[in-house]
Amino acid sequence: MSTLSDPVNLSAPRGADAGLTPKQLADKYGLSVSGKRPSLPKYIRQLWARRAFISSFATARLVAQYTTAKLGQLWQVLTPLLNCAVFYLVFGVIMKSRDGVPVYIAWLCVGVFVFQFSQSAIQAGTRSISDNLGLIRALHFPRAALPIAFTVIQLQQLLISMVVLVAIVLANDIKPAMTWLLIVPALVLQSLFNTGLAMVMARVGAKTSDISQLMPFLLRTWMYVSGVMYSVSGYIKSWPTIWQTVYSWNPATVYMDLMRYAFMPDSFDKAKYPGGYDAAGHQLPTALNLPHHIWIMAGTWAIVAFVIGFVFFWKSEEEYGRG
Amino acid sequence: MADAAIDTLKETTAVDNQARVPTVVADDVHIIYKVHGAGAGKGSATSALSRMITRKKSPAIREVHAVRGISFTAYKGEAVGLIGSNGSGKSTMLAAIAGLLPTARGAIYTNGQPSLLGVNAALMNDLTGERNVVLGCLAMGMSPAQVRERYQSIVDFSGINEKGDFISLPMRTYSSGMGARLRFSIAAAKTHDVLLIDEALATGDQGFQQRSKARINELRKEAGTVFLVSHDNNAIRETCERTIWIEHGELIMDGHTDEVVRRYEKGERP
Repeated sequence: MSTLSDPVNLSAPRGADAGLTPKQLADKYGLSVSGKRPSLPKYIRQLWARRAFISSFATARLVAQYTTAKLGQLWQVLTPLLNCAVFYLVFGVIMKSRDGVPVYIAWLCVGVFVFQFSQSAIQAGTRSISDNLGLIRALHFPRAALPIAFTVIQLQQLLISMVVLVAIVLANDIKPAMTWLLIVPALVLQSLFNTGLAMVMARVGAKTSDISQLMPFLLRTWMYVSGVMYSVSGYIKSWPTIWQTVYSWNPATVYMDLMRYAFMPDSFDKAKYPGGYDAAGHQLPTALNLPHHIWIMAGTWAIVAFVIGFVFFWKSEEEYGRG
Repeated sequence: MADAAIDTLKETTAVDNQARVPTVVADDVHIIYKVHGAGAGKGSATSALSRMITRKKSPAIREVHAVRGISFTAYKGEAVGLIGSNGSGKSTMLAAIAGLLPTARGAIYTNGQPSLLGVNAALMNDLTGERNVVLGCLAMGMSPAQVRERYQSIVDFSGINEKGDFISLPMRTYSSGMGARLRFSIAAAKTHDVLLIDEALATGDQGFQQRSKARINELRKEAGTVFLVSHDNNAIRETCERTIWIEHGELIMDGHTDEVVRRYEKGERP
């Protein structure tokens, strides 16, 4: 009976492997440490292999957003339209900005949509890990797929808003021009920038959930500072040059100006719009200066944000399932 | 009787006394995790502020030493059951094998990427079952063509559509059993080197339990290793020939299922 209290050791390696320590056994058969972070090139390959997942995840999420609403997918177009209507009412009608600037409403809408793209990508990125823990704990895939997918969702939403925007621009007697082609590279660069920020915030948000409480305030500050609804150039004229330069590098302003120029190159033409003041004495957003190196600024922001964001996110890859 | 059983045991051990291919090697694994909001102390804003100012560690963060030095080796083609009372560390161990929880000390070596299959983790509730099948398969690394090819067999296996067209409804409308069935079907659609199942067999009706048992056997034949956590001792007896008994994060017993489960039911520790 002594054999019964002395159970057969099923763990012990047999035959040729007898006597090996667990570590030696693992090495001999090429086992790897579970949940170990893959190398950066391998991670990029894994992520590339999941590109179909990223795009169908984004589409599925976008569609699911309005499943409980009666009007359904119509809200994708209604939401940006209503946004524009509110801004037109407040800034165009009540604050009378429209009197001096024929393009003001188009100028405003471009700014709002472009800024909202960054804003919502960052907000969605912050929650992308913590809101999808179920998925992360159930299936294995490179986690960077999530913040990237959430940025793609926001990009799809922006493209729908763009259709509304084109209608508004045409209704304001602005003719389509060759500069409209610049919309594509501007969007590509901004998407890269947003993806980078979304990945940074995804890692921060996964560790400290407090940050999602703080984000709306930070983003709102950024919005008012960037001059989405009014031109800030009049206010910063008195600043020292160094601060004006720093200010001109604000990525939100860079991407908004690029898009505004693409849609309405005329609004940057000083001869056509010499500038003026509204009833309250504020400078109107006309005849803006587009820095010569604006594409360099846009490209730098895009690459720097994306690379830093990607590496920063990857560094913590093995810990996202923890919650 | 008992002696005869031991003799057959000895015999089988002698017969396959040759090198086997290990798939999971746990080497003195310790897992400690921090629990936020453990609820000790006053939860008011002023007390939180004074803690921050005095730089005292929040009493709401506690460390739980969930697994304390577990070692074992599982081989190709084995189905291993994990038993133990609630909170003994079985599910934590499974999550660690899957690579979701980092080990504090020791290491777990695996062959390929183990897949965890649990009923607690939900897929995306707002999406239809259909979308979840496609997304789940894509997330596991299948190509869109492979997904199209296997889609129907996954839906058929889950049996979701047996009572009408449920697959096109959002998953939030599913009962917990239906959700678990669909999840199992998605994960079982792919051959995994190591498949980890957390109580998945306890859910679902009789017919589905039969089908999933058959599928687990198939997966085992396809040269994978299966780990099964369950409180249903009969499910363990039917699917696993080897069982590991864990209590308080420590390994109590590791051996043939009949022996370990019998002792576990009697509460007899070796």
